[in-house]
Parts: sequence; C-alpha cells; structure tokens
Amino acid sequence: MAQAQGAQAAAPPLLQARQIGKIFGQHHALDGVDFEARAGEVHALLGENGAGKSTLIKILTGALQPDAGEVLVEGQPVHLRDPQQAQGLGIGTVYQEVNLLTNRSVAENLFLGRQPTRFGLVRKGVIERQARQILAAYGLEIDVRAELGSYSVAIQQIVAIARAVELSGKVLVLDEPTASLDRVEVDKLFDVVRALKARGLAIVFITHFLDQVFALADRVTVLRNGRLVGTKTLAGLSQTEVVRMMLGKDLSFAHAIGGGPDAETGPAVVTFDGIGRAGKVHPFTLTLHEGEVVGVAGLLGSGRTEMARLMFGVDLADSGMVRMGGRVFALRSPAQAVAAGFGFCPEDRKLDGIFADLSVRENIIIALQARLGWFRMLTTEEQVDIAGRFADALDIRAAHHDMAVKLLSGGNQQKVILARWLATDPRVLILDEPTRGIDVGAHAEIVRTINRLREDGLALLVISSELDEVVAYSNRIVVMRERQMVAELRGEQIDPATIVQAIAGQAAPDQTPEETP
Amino acid sequence: MSILHKTALAGGLAVLLCSSALAQGLSGKVVGFSQIGSESGWRAAETSVTKAEAERLGIDLKFADAQQKQENQIKAIRGFIAQGVDAILVAPVVATGWEEVLTEAKEASIPVVLLDRGIEAPEDLYLTSVASDQVKEGRVAGEWLVGAVGDKECKVVELQGTVGSSPAINRKQGFEEGIAGAANVSIIRSQTGDFTRSKGKEVMEGFIKAEGGGAGICAVYSHNDDMAVGAIQAIKDAGLKPGTDILVVSIDAVPDIFAAMVAGEANATVELTPNMAGPAFAALDAYLNGGTVPEKFIITESKLYTPADDPQGEYDRRKGLGY
Amino acid sequence: MTRLSGIFLRPQVAALVAVLLMNWLLFPDFFDLTWRDGRLFGSLIDVLNRGAPVAILAIGMTAVIATKGVDLSVGAVMAIAAAVAATLVVGGQPAIVAVTAALAAGLLCGLWNGVLVTYLDMQPIVATLVLMVAGRGLAQLITEGSIVTFSDPVLIYIGTGAFLGLPMPVVIALALLLLTTLLVRRTALGLMIEAVGVNKGAARLVGIPARLLLIGAYAFAGFCAAIAGIIVAGDIRGADANNAGLWLELDAILAVVIGGTSLLGGRFSIPLSVLGAVIIQAMNTGILISGLPPEFNLMVKAGIIILILILQSPLAAEAFARRMPKRKTAPRERTMP
Repeated sequence: MAQAQGAQAAAPPLLQARQIGKIFGQHHALDGVDFEARAGEVHALLGENGAGKSTLIKILTGALQPDAGEVLVEGQPVHLRDPQQAQGLGIGTVYQEVNLLTNRSVAENLFLGRQPTRFGLVRKGVIERQARQILAAYGLEIDVRAELGSYSVAIQQIVAIARAVELSGKVLVLDEPTASLDRVEVDKLFDVVRALKARGLAIVFITHFLDQVFALADRVTVLRNGRLVGTKTLAGLSQTEVVRMMLGKDLSFAHAIGGGPDAETGPAVVTFDGIGRAGKVHPFTLTLHEGEVVGVAGLLGSGRTEMARLMFGVDLADSGMVRMGGRVFALRSPAQAVAAGFGFCPEDRKLDGIFADLSVRENIIIALQARLGWFRMLTTEEQVDIAGRFADALDIRAAHHDMAVKLLSGGNQQKVILARWLATDPRVLILDEPTRGIDVGAHAEIVRTINRLREDGLALLVISSELDEVVAYSNRIVVMRERQMVAELRGEQIDPATIVQAIAGQAAPDQTPEETP
Repeated sequence: MSILHKTALAGGLAVLLCSSALAQGLSGKVVGFSQIGSESGWRAAETSVTKAEAERLGIDLKFADAQQKQENQIKAIRGFIAQGVDAILVAPVVATGWEEVLTEAKEASIPVVLLDRGIEAPEDLYLTSVASDQVKEGRVAGEWLVGAVGDKECKVVELQGTVGSSPAINRKQGFEEGIAGAANVSIIRSQTGDFTRSKGKEVMEGFIKAEGGGAGICAVYSHNDDMAVGAIQAIKDAGLKPGTDILVVSIDAVPDIFAAMVAGEANATVELTPNMAGPAFAALDAYLNGGTVPEKFIITESKLYTPADDPQGEYDRRKGLGY
Repeated sequence: MTRLSGIFLRPQVAALVAVLLMNWLLFPDFFDLTWRDGRLFGSLIDVLNRGAPVAILAIGMTAVIATKGVDLSVGAVMAIAAAVAATLVVGGQPAIVAVTAALAAGLLCGLWNGVLVTYLDMQPIVATLVLMVAGRGLAQLITEGSIVTFSDPVLIYIGTGAFLGLPMPVVIALALLLLTTLLVRRTALGLMIEAVGVNKGAARLVGIPARLLLIGAYAFAGFCAAIAGIIVAGDIRGADANNAGLWLELDAILAVVIGGTSLLGGRFSIPLSVLGAVIIQAMNTGILISGLPPEFNLMVKAGIIILILILQSPLAAEAFARRMPKRKTAPRERTMP
C-alpha cells in the first residue's frame, strides 16, 4: 500500500484500530474493523448512514469502549476510558456542531479548563495575548475578546480546531466539519487542515461530500453495514470506484427479480411539476404511473429525502404544482396529501413513523382514521378487522394487536407503517429507506411487498441506498446529486454500474430528466 | 373608579382621621412612601388613606409601589434620598436586609418611619415604627367573647391564618390570653383557612360536620374577616343562623364584615386600622418641627366594633377606601 | 367495554377506598347522609362539592397533559373568570352575560397559551407560566385589588345551589365529565390527542391536524378553568383575585398524575383524573375533620400522595401482577415471546 510520506512509513501510525467490534443489543454496529491514521496524512472515513462511522469515531476518541479489538496510539495499546483521556494522549475532536461556549470570548474558549492562573486568578491579559498568537498561525486575525458566538460558524469551527490541536496535538478528528459551511468557508477550512497536515498531524476527516474527499484526503477508508470495505490511496482512484465501495458489494448481481424495468405501466397518476424549494431541492418534474415503481438513488445528503418531503407536503415547495386527475394544486400539508391518496413511510421510523406507546391496532388504523376525520370514528370491530386484515397481508408478527408497537422488532414496525398506509387504500406510496435497519428476512419480505403492491396497481416511489434492491424492483430510477435530479434511467440503463456513474457525476447518461416547462 | 374613590374619601375621611389633627407643620414637606404593593384590600385601603392624609396635611407625597419586591423598595428609598425628601415612610415587605439602605438614609439625615410591619435592624436606623399589636387584637376579640357569653358554656372553633405567619401566631396567642380567665370558654377545634374566604368556608363546613351539625359550636373566632365571611356562609348552608346560633368574632374590620353585621350575621370585629400614616405624620411633625424624638414603637388602637357601632355607617365609610 | 370493568381494579379506586376508610375511622359519621331542604348533606357530599373545582380543572388538564404539555395558568385563569363574572354582575349586567363573558375570557386565555405553544413553539411550562404570573395581576386589575362581593342569585346558585339533590358544582363537574368522555371516546378525538402526545411529528405525517388539536386542548383547559372560577366565585359570593384558584393548578396536575396519565403525554383517562381530584379532596377533608393541628396538614398530605404514587408505579404494578396470576385486562404489559 502506497504511503503519502514514505519517510514515515516505518514509524507506527499515530492512531490505529485493530479488529474493532461493537455490539448494540443484537446489532453488530462494527465487526472486525481496521483503521489507521499516520502522521502527515488526511484520512477520509466514508460510509452511508448506519455504516458505523460515528461508532468507530466514538471508539477512537474514547466516547465508547469497543467490545472487541484494540486501539493503539503510536504503536502502544491503550484503553480509552473517556474523551479527556484521549485528549491527553493527543487525540482531539471537532464536531459538526461546535461544542464551545458561544457566550464566552474567543480567548476564554481557547483556554477553557486550562487557563493560566496566578494565585488562583485567571490572567486575562496573558490568555488574550496567547490566543492572538495561536489564531494568527491559523490565518485568523480577530478580536479574541469578542464573544465566540458573534463570529461565523466557519470561524468558530477554526477556533474549535485550534483548541483541539493546542490540547492534543497529534491526531485531529473532524466529524462532518463542512456540513454547515459555504464554499469559501470550506476552502478556508481546508487551508487550515493542509497547514496542520504539513505540521505532521494525522487528520481523520468524516464527510459525505465526495468531491471534498478528493480535494483534501490522501487515503480513504470505506465502511458499510459495520464492516470494513477497504482502505485505498486516493491518487488514481475514481469517484465511481468510491461510490461503488460505498453502495454495493459487487456489481454483477442478477437483474430485476420482479416484473422489473420492462413491466407494463398504467396511466399517469400524479405529476410533480417543477416542485422545488430553495436551499433544499432544485425544481424537478416527475410523473408516477399506476403499477410502477420509481426508484430514487443518490448518496446521503443528495436531496433524496428532501424530495420525498416536498412530495408529501411535509415541507412546503416554493415552486411548482401537483397535477392529479385533471386537478392542479399546491401541497400545503401532509393532511392534504393523505386526502389526495398519498402515503409516506419516513426515513426515520422511530422519530417520524411509529407511535411507540400506542397499540399495533391503533398504529395501523391511525392514518385511515385521520383521513375519515375526528367525528367518524372507526368502531372497535372495524379497527380489529382492518388491523387483522393488513397485519395478515403483510405477515406482521405480534402476539396480539393490543400490544404497544414499541415491543415489536424493527422489521415488524416497518410493516406496521406500511399496513397503516395500505389501510387508507392509497394511490401513491412514497417509501424512504423502507429496508434500513431491519433484519435480512424482513428485508426480503418488504421487497416482495413492494413488488406485489406494484402489481396491484399502486404508484410507488422508493428511496434506497441499497443499489441491488433498487435495481431489483424499479421500472425507472431517478438519480439525485447535490440536491438536483441529475438523471432518469429506464430500461437497459437500469444497471448498477450506470447508476453509480450517475451518482458520482461522471459519464452523463443518455437520457436527461424531464425538463421543467 | 379611582376618581370615585377620591371623592368618597374627601367626605369619609374627616371623621376617621381626626386623630392626626395636630400635624399642621408638615405643609409643603416632601415625604416619600414606599408601599409593598396591593396584595389585599386592606393594603389598598392603607394606600388610599395615606394619600388622603398627606393631601389633607398639604404634604407632597411621593408614592412608590414595590410590587412585593424588596429590591424595588430599596431602589425607591435610594430614589427618595437622591431627591432629598424630608422624610420616608416604608411598609417593609420582608424583615431583613434593610441595614445598608437605612444607613444611607440616616447619613443623609432623612428620618424613616416604618409602617405596619417591623424589621430586624438596629433601632437607631429608623425614627419610629407604627404598627398594630396583633396579640392585643386577639386579646380584645377573646375578651369580647368572654363578656358576651357570660357564664354560659362556650365551645369555640378557630379559623387560623396561614400556618406560620406572624398574624396567625400572634392573633391565636392573644385570643387564648383573652379567654384564659374564663373556664367556660374553650377552643375545641382549630384549623387554617389561609386567610381566604373560600378556605374559611370549607374549613367551617368541616367543623360543623365534625361537631354534630354545628350543635356543639357556640362561637367561631376567625383570624381575619374574609375567613369569617366564608364561615358565615357555611353556617347558613348548614341551616343555622350565624350571629345567633353561632357567634362570629373576627379581626380586621373590612367593609364586608360590617355588611354581615347589618344582616345580624356577625357579632364583633377588631379593627386593624389602615391609618398607619396618621400617627406617622404626627410623629414626624413633632420631630421635624419640635425636635421631639417619638417612642420607638407606636401602637395603633385595636378598636372593637359590634352591631351597636353603626355598622351601616362603617360599611359606607369604608367601602370607598379601596378595601 | 372492557375498560369500564377494568376500572374497578385500578389502584386509584383502591386508594380512594383507603382514604375514605381512614376518614371513617377518624370520624365515624363520615358516611352519614341526610336529606334537608331538597338536597343531600354529609361529609361525602362535601368531598365531592369541594373537589369539584379541581376535578373540572383536571378534566381540562388531562387533555393538555395528554398532548405532552402542561398548563400552569389554570389557577390564574380561574381568578380572571371569577373577576370578570363578579365585576359584570356588580356593574349591573345580567348573569347570563357575566357567565358568557367569563367563559369567553377563559377560552381566550387558553387560546393564548395554545398559540404560544403551537405557533411560537414555546415549551408549555414556560408559555403557561407567563399567564400564571400575569393572569393573577390581570385579575387584580379587574377587581382593583379588592374582593368584589355580589348578590346575584344565578351566580350564587352556580356556586352553592342544588340540582336533583346534589350541589351544583358536583352536577356541573359530572356533566362535564360525561360530555368530555363521550366526546373523546365516542369520536376519534381521544386517539388523535394520544397520537399527538406520543409523537407529534408522526401525527402530522399521518394527516392529523396536530396544531389544531394542541390549540384546542389548551383552549379547553382555559374553558374548564373559567367554569371552576365561576363556581368558586359563586361559592363565596365574591371574586377574590388574590386567592381564587391559588395553587390549584398544582392540585389539578397532581389529580391527573394520580389518575395515571403520564406527564410525557399519550394515554389518558379523564374519569381517572377526576377520581384523582376526589382522592385529593377526600384527603383534605379528612385532615380538616381529624382535628390534627394545621401544622401537620402538608406533611400528612405529602405522605399520603407519595404512598399513592408508589402504589401505582410500574414496580408496584408488577408486584401486584405477580400476586394475581391471571388478569384478562392487562395485555399491554406483556411482551413478545
């Protein structure tokens, strides 16, 4: 494996993790993961949500303890009890949300917890002078007596980095530092990171912006589903190869299980015509047909969830209209979408989907009840009947339907949410990551259910990070990148390789998305 | 309404306030008054009486409402000192924490008079304090009852004020002193009614139920008139005649108890006068114009009112005071 | 209607029976009822009558707490409603105008709370604290700091009259309990309120008008507080802005908690909240007739409440379930095999 700096190849890595395993309940968050960060390199850590990035970072910075494997600092095995200890060993962390005291001065923040004192008094003059010197090295000339909160997030971020480096000095972990910065600020931050790299620090860089990885990092490590996919030197690596590492284990799997891309689709159900929202999703136009599954591919942060939220009226679009059966309207609320015959299974099941303390039965009938209105209550008999029917249809395994839904497994909870929407007899179903975080068996069932619903004539829009899955059930695939719909793939184009290329933004596919009129 | 009050005051106050007729020499003087707030009808009456009294004497009264906060009172007192007033009246909201600001007043040679509540501070920091004697109030009530029942056996139920408050403790003690000599008068039940009308009613209901429908109760002694008014309603609801079947004696002399006396439903009340300012101005007059240092503690009269004392007239007179 | 038969097995019922028995031991005539002047008299009736204002507050408070909120202002709203009603009748308005205006004032206060919580996204405890503090001041402003005494027969009837032998406050509380329970359980309102309380975001996503329900819950709590305020004023024939409803919001919250509704929102039971209010009042009455010195009031009350809350804690429920091997009506505690 090529080293960025040959001279240091012989020295042990500043920070190393060997065969790390971490189990939450029954779920393997990490399994046999190796990772290292060498002096003078920027090492990017990549992976979709749930890949295990944050768990690994927490273990490396002492916030979590591994169940298996070991952490080494400069070749010596260490047991990191907490972040303070990690800091003492030279490992500093800067998070996306700056966790400093915004109502204290910049200088105080830099020296928080280790102010130089004389006779127990904080020496204000001294810390202000030192703070100016430190920040000058980062190209910052600001009033260090001003409140930290009076500066932009970018400057706060750099102050946080300066503080972490001053405290630790060997390894700097940057956890999605650019998420809330604009382009100029990102460039400034990168200059700082490059300077630190030149000083011989090891920098671990977590992000999901691929171009930033290529702009800054020397090596990249990709995790998927808690396992190490690989560590590669970026020089000579293409974006496509990185996307492939992130999304699919191999690109040669069988094509389409169900009717697949060639299945006949029915008439148009709904057209989202130029729907968009500034800062969230560029206006897009998309028509869904009866008996059709439209897959949505794209990396995390590409705007795929935002798109679904606009289509269901959760967030309000500031452009475009919905056309449905001769009617043209703007979606103002989920209630309106439900009334129009839409259903939506959100990405975060716990947060936005289930009513944990309510019963399975109530969770299933709630959307139908909301659509009927408060006055026309479903009788207990009707509720039992409906819940029974859809629970059977989706094979929801619950001891009985009066138990709290929180007692069910993730897969069964997801099926409860599906059942909830099916009970409303919808025409359009939007599923955001319907298979995330559920076990393999339930996974396959949900894929089968999606196919069956399509055969029943529903129009489905399915967002998923699982490429093979999307390929398997989609008649059409739209690709999102940087908040834009960048490609619409049909027929022969529905192929993992083509999708990966579109996501990576390299070869332009033949077919461009429908134009906004 | 406040204009209405003032016109009523002009007529009603002359009689009530004749005690301070001496104070001629305060005309043109500036006096600051830091009032606690307006948490009760009595407090509102004290404010309006003080203002009327000042107007009658030609005093330029600077009024400051502290809204139950000591810091506001301290601010107001500092303001008075800065304005160079001739004297300061304070109705202190709490007993402690006054040394500093009173020392400032003393250094500026401004006499301070405390109204209706005492403080914990060296006595040389204020000229005098005008207050009622709460123990005496209770004693007057008790002595009245002893006189009223004569040799008859009399079981008394007591409606206490808020547990732990000084008027509740003192008025209880005073009443017990007042009936100590009479073996035929005894307190059989005592509960707190929190000084409120509704709790007074609720507690009295309980007393009546617990004492065989009220048959065993000869009198109710209430630490304030409001609770007594509630108790009167409870007695009526139980089918008994307040003032006859059960005697009602209480303290404060607010208008509504006189209304009850007119209806024959209350028997006696001991006045807690809202006119603390009258004696205060008299003391200030003697001090500022004659150099006479008054007594440290001026005790206001605890006057007993019964249906013989023109309750309708008292009611009309007091109604305008903001009770 | 398995719920109804289950209600007699609840720990709240056991607690009420225990408190009543204790009262009986302290005062053997406790359960005596007599008929006089066309109405029932007795300590038991006193408990219901005195407990009615808190029970009415608790009905409104249950709706708010079920949405994961809390309303600290109901005591102050009582004072406002009492002040409005009393000032209007004293000013010569007919009772119907005074009562309507007082109810409208309560509704308005509730709407204000609801708007702060829903549209300004303030935490309920903070939003309603505003009115808790300012509301009493507002009531004092209306009454100009004094007790406004009135002699309007209608208002007095609401506070002290009798209907079918029962005191009016009890009749009003029962009617409100019945109507509200029917409204939330015979329509889908109850389920929707629970859904909002359990997961507001998800409720919105399934098409429940979450904001409307939230505002509605606070408005209803304000309305209930106004009813309680009118009753309390009628009872003492006067509006006491300083003391009307003072600290009753805490009793109402306690009643809801004793009734088993979680402060974290979700499942609620209005009848059990009312039962909670009756338990609290039975305790107060018991202390009153016990003859204990008043210094012990709060200690005794606190001790009993802690006991009740321990009895209905999940831990105690488990221990209870273990002793009673088979219970048909507790399927929710079971977990997946």
